[in-house]
Amino acid sequence: MTGAVPVAEGLWTDEAEPRLIGGRHMQTGEIVFPMPGGDAAQHFDPVPLSRTGMLWSWTSQDFRPKSPPYAGPEAFVPFLLGYVELPGEVIVETRIEGAALSDLKLGMPMELVLTEFAPGRTTFAFRPSA
Amino acid sequence: MTPVQIIGAGIHPFGRTDGRSGRDQGVFAVRQALADAGLEWTDIECAYGGSEAAGNADIMVNELGLTGLPFINVSNGCATGGSALASARNAVGSGQCDVALAVGFDKHPRGAFNAKPGDWGLPEWYGETGMMLTTQFFALKIQRYMHLHGISRATLGKVAEKAFRNGTLCDHAWRRSPVDLDTILNAPMVNDPLTKYMFCSPAEGAVALIIASEKKARELGADGVKIASIAVRTRPPGSFEVFAPAISVDRGGKPTELASQAAYEAAGIGPEDIDVAQLQDTESGAEIMHMAENGFCQDGEQEQWLAEGRTELNGQLPVNTDGGCLACGEPIGASGLRQVYENTVQLRGRGGARQVPGNPKTAYSHVYGAPGLSAVAILER
Repeated sequence: MTGAVPVAEGLWTDEAEPRLIGGRHMQTGEIVFPMPGGDAAQHFDPVPLSRTGMLWSWTSQDFRPKSPPYAGPEAFVPFLLGYVELPGEVIVETRIEGAALSDLKLGMPMELVLTEFAPGRTTFAFRPSA
Repeated sequence: MTPVQIIGAGIHPFGRTDGRSGRDQGVFAVRQALADAGLEWTDIECAYGGSEAAGNADIMVNELGLTGLPFINVSNGCATGGSALASARNAVGSGQCDVALAVGFDKHPRGAFNAKPGDWGLPEWYGETGMMLTTQFFALKIQRYMHLHGISRATLGKVAEKAFRNGTLCDHAWRRSPVDLDTILNAPMVNDPLTKYMFCSPAEGAVALIIASEKKARELGADGVKIASIAVRTRPPGSFEVFAPAISVDRGGKPTELASQAAYEAAGIGPEDIDVAQLQDTESGAEIMHMAENGFCQDGEQEQWLAEGRTELNGQLPVNTDGGCLACGEPIGASGLRQVYENTVQLRGRGGARQVPGNPKTAYSHVYGAPGLSAVAILER
């Protein structure tokens, strides 16, 4: 992944074990993801989220999404995606790596990884915890 | 609000009609509705209509006649038809006019809807990484639901099988051929657990409904159907909707439950009183979940309902009697009005081969769409 750039700035922390960056509402304490931009940002504090969570739901993407907006490789390889619940924080939608469809179970433990979803570009994903 | 009736209903067949614009399909439906009601275009006092992708409704007056009537364009996404109908009902029910039109039409390009992140207030990376597809949302919602409530893949297949079977009996349906359960279950996967036969497709079509006061309906001797209630609701906190990069850990209500409860309350009846229902079936799982969200059964009971055929044309609660979105396709601006059209047909006893037996007296329709809104209409005879 050397030289690959993140799909967007500010989605995850720059550290050895990156964490997603959410926003905590200053009044209600509710956590959202991603950190809001524009005028809404003034109501939220950025907050690093848990690297681990539980699988909330999942599906497969078996055909190439229309492009734009999809920016993955022309030679499409089906992928998995789902929602992972970060306990007490927020339930995030994510690509799923390192698993086959038949491996996935409701509530299974998952952990954050970065993945090169297109040549030279990285995004976040979750995989079953080791 | 005084009671109002639907006194005229028209439809342009759904599917693909090359060489005819979406708006021309709308004009076709309006003329059919006028003929059905025994009225002329000059009798329409106000109009509400729209489309998602086929242009403004109000220039239909070029074809229909420059009568000077107020014509309000409605642009409300998946609730365009429902909002047009609610507005027409309000105009007549408030006494503003005696005869109003609600019309919805559309004509979408082939293939899945292609949403732009910016239009939905979402960051570009969400689309770039391949997570901004409506089909994924429906798969993610039913996947979890199946595991929590014991719904099998076969039951998803049975919903689609029923839709195509009903479509064979319906002259406005797009898919007119039956598809057997094995073919449905073994078709290419779109998003697990949903195969290509379990999804509806964007399509074309138009529906027009003419609304009148009860007084006017009596004067005309109309074959009218009463609108008992209409409720349109958007999403409450903690709901799970299409295009959500994240959702709250505090799980909340659903727009369908809100609209459903409001519609029952306003009509003064409950789900046990409904004789026939049209429920949003963007895909097979949506019909399953919407059976519970609209109060017709408990979560998980759908497995037994489908096994026993309770939602078939001759069942305890026939659901999607014209084949629904699965057999008719989904022209967004017209889809919700198609459900009300079909209920009008059923309550008038004009369903022909797909007529629900036993002279149904109450009919329920429910449309759901992005970004989390539902419209419910209850009709009575």
